Amino acid sequence: MLSVEAVSKTFGGVQALRRASLSCATGEILGLIGPNGAGKSTLVNAISGVLRPDAGSVRLADRDLTGQGPEECARAGIARTFQNIRLFKELTVRQNVEVAHITCRDVRPDAAGRIDIDRLLAQYELDAAADVPAGTLSYGSQRRLEIARALALGPSLLLLDEPAAGLNESESETLAEAIEAIRRDFGCAIIVIDHDLRFINRLCDRLCVMDQGQVIASGGTADVWRDPRVIEVYVGQAQPS
Amino acid sequence: MDYALQQLLNALAFGAEYSLVALGLAVVFSIMGLVNFAHGEIIGVSAYSVFLAAALGLTSPIVAVLLAVAAAALAAVTFERVAFRPVRYAPTTTGLLTAFGVSIVVQNLFMLLISPKPQSVSILNGLNQMWFFGPFAVSSLQVMELVVSGLTILALVLFLSRSTLGLAIRAASRDFATVRLMGIRANRVIATAFAISGALAGIAAVFILARRGSVSPDLGFGLVLKAFVACVLGGFGSLAGAAAGGMLLGFIEVGLLVALPQEYGGFKDALTYVIIVALLVYRPEGLLGQRVELGDKEI
Repeated sequence: MLSVEAVSKTFGGVQALRRASLSCATGEILGLIGPNGAGKSTLVNAISGVLRPDAGSVRLADRDLTGQGPEECARAGIARTFQNIRLFKELTVRQNVEVAHITCRDVRPDAAGRIDIDRLLAQYELDAAADVPAGTLSYGSQRRLEIARALALGPSLLLLDEPAAGLNESESETLAEAIEAIRRDFGCAIIVIDHDLRFINRLCDRLCVMDQGQVIASGGTADVWRDPRVIEVYVGQAQPS
Repeated sequence: MDYALQQLLNALAFGAEYSLVALGLAVVFSIMGLVNFAHGEIIGVSAYSVFLAAALGLTSPIVAVLLAVAAAALAAVTFERVAFRPVRYAPTTTGLLTAFGVSIVVQNLFMLLISPKPQSVSILNGLNQMWFFGPFAVSSLQVMELVVSGLTILALVLFLSRSTLGLAIRAASRDFATVRLMGIRANRVIATAFAISGALAGIAAVFILARRGSVSPDLGFGLVLKAFVACVLGGFGSLAGAAAGGMLLGFIEVGLLVALPQEYGGFKDALTYVIIVALLVYRPEGLLGQRVELGDKEI
């Protein structure tokens, strides 16, 4: 499904991505983790067309999306949410979802026919607030709306940038169940960035760990947590006694 | 009574014209953050199109009106494609300077290719007659200006609120970057916004031509400056604010003309701006604009 090969990106003198590679299959939930400044959001920005990579390639299914803009990436089937929520705050909840559904109707009419906006809103407990401005929703509801809006795009790849940020334990648990339901109902590949490692371990099939712009480990969760480079990044090097 | 009605109609007609032009500026600004000072030259292109068509033998006012609107929409889309698209993601000052550049170039083209002097256009003179309602005599042009502007604004509101493209435009006016991440084509949304803006300028050009009966290279420039003031007064970026600001500006100008003794009539513009400054001191965000919290920058 998604194949990212040796993507690099430099901002001024800072190399934010160094030949970063990852893949994510249809129906898979991949956790993208790493310390602050590791390059996770930059990589998601490169995948979703927000940033143009200096080198490397991004392919979705058989399509080369390297250097394509955000419109083309979205039309190819990549939907995303943001670390800092970015809703159309003055538009209503329903209109926020409808904006994404325009593209789905345009490029994936079959998928659009299967997406019922009313049902989607009800599924994310937003039906009662469908006609109020999105900016008036609570923080948790805004997070849910961002996911509902991304799903209205009928994505084949969903990128969730820190979806559990600011949520308490029970809200995170509910969110994890919702993401599993997305996999079940939409069958799309899902990449989740988050710092909540319990949430990530509970949810993801595989992990991809980044540090200083590089992918330092990837594989099944148990294997990744045994990797000495990952232990060093998260725990620090053991001091010689 | 007759005098009061006439002045009310004057204010409404002036206000409607300012509203149309201000809306054209606001539609583009709300999406691109561009203050398109070349909007006046779109009015100019529209007016010169009618002038040239009349010179070539066009006699139908209806065709002239359609031509004016179509030429303005086409000119606006062309300006976007040729001049503004290359600087779309540049700093806002670059867009502003580009707009001034386009304005200067197009005005000079009018002077070089047609004439620096005003050219007579009489094809739309028939719109400007006196209509009698019992004891009242009113200008047909002012009534049409008011009715057509009202219907145009209503059509714009319906388009923005009911159509798919309208929803995309409204979303783009809130957050253009995010709308692109929803797969909405930026070029299509922006070209539509410019076409709407141009059509509004074309409608305004019809009324200006009908009233003045002539066209000159700087026809639209002064009007756009007033429309800009109307946008600021209404709250920049707000479409409803642009319409309200235009109407308020019309009422202020006509109100001052009525209130000032004849020998002080020359102070009308200066006093208009004094009133506007006073209103903005009281409400810096404009009539319908939203106040932006600046945090510690307010100190």
